[in-house]
Amino acid sequence: MSGKQRVKMPKTATKGEVIKIKTLASHPMETGFRKGKDGKPIPRNIINKFICRFEGKDVTVFNLFPSVSANPYLAFSARVHKSGTFEFEWTEDGGASTKLTKTINVT
Amino acid sequence: MERRQVLKALATGLVATAGFGLDANATPEQAAAIIKNLVGSGEVMESKVHIDAPAIAENGKTVPVSVSVDSPMSESDYVKSIHILAEKNPLPEVISVHLTPDSGAAELSMRTRLSKTQEITALAVMNSGAVHMARQTVKVTIGGCGG
Repeated sequence: MSGKQRVKMPKTATKGEVIKIKTLASHPMETGFRKGKDGKPIPRNIINKFICRFEGKDVTVFNLFPSVSANPYLAFSARVHKSGTFEFEWTEDGGASTKLTKTINVT
Repeated sequence: MERRQVLKALATGLVATAGFGLDANATPEQAAAIIKNLVGSGEVMESKVHIDAPAIAENGKTVPVSVSVDSPMSESDYVKSIHILAEKNPLPEVISVHLTPDSGAAELSMRTRLSKTQEITALAVMNSGAVHMARQTVKVTIGGCGG
């Protein structure tokens, strides 16, 4: 999947804390409803799925539809019980995906 | 609510939209059908769900929308999924979020496209099966679905 992905979240937290996670992916989110200069519809190409995992377990799963704006921004929460690695995965139409990982130190 | 139900609802939406050509907008009836699919035979309560969106959006291409649901998000009492619908967009679904108790808080911020002035609906499905809902009207000056 082309484009850049960014995740902003704290590096440290206390046990049981609810942290805020902000994510941004650069992607045109082409709806499939637009027409190009030649009058033909531009094929749909969107990020249709975004998953937030912690230590391999799905925490929150997002299903996105063409109504999500270009360069999808998603902000949400997660509760952390121990130190570990968050994995974020964006999947676009056609199945191409990109992963990004962030570690958190929980005390 | 199971994922296949959402897919089924989406497929229904797609078929309906295809029938009207590319410029067709979804109808509130389609959105109502999707809501019915999510709710099942239960009742929808208009409480617990809060939508934070501008009353007037100058640009329909990116309208910031935040949804939060009152829930302790414990193992025994949590929000299973949150769905945002824009009933007058070409496809009424905006986003479906599946949560777990480890999601910590049932809240979400994102940016949506709105093709015209309309009411946005946010639905929250609890682990008990109860469904809560909120609606808010957003006035759109310039539509954002292209075409």
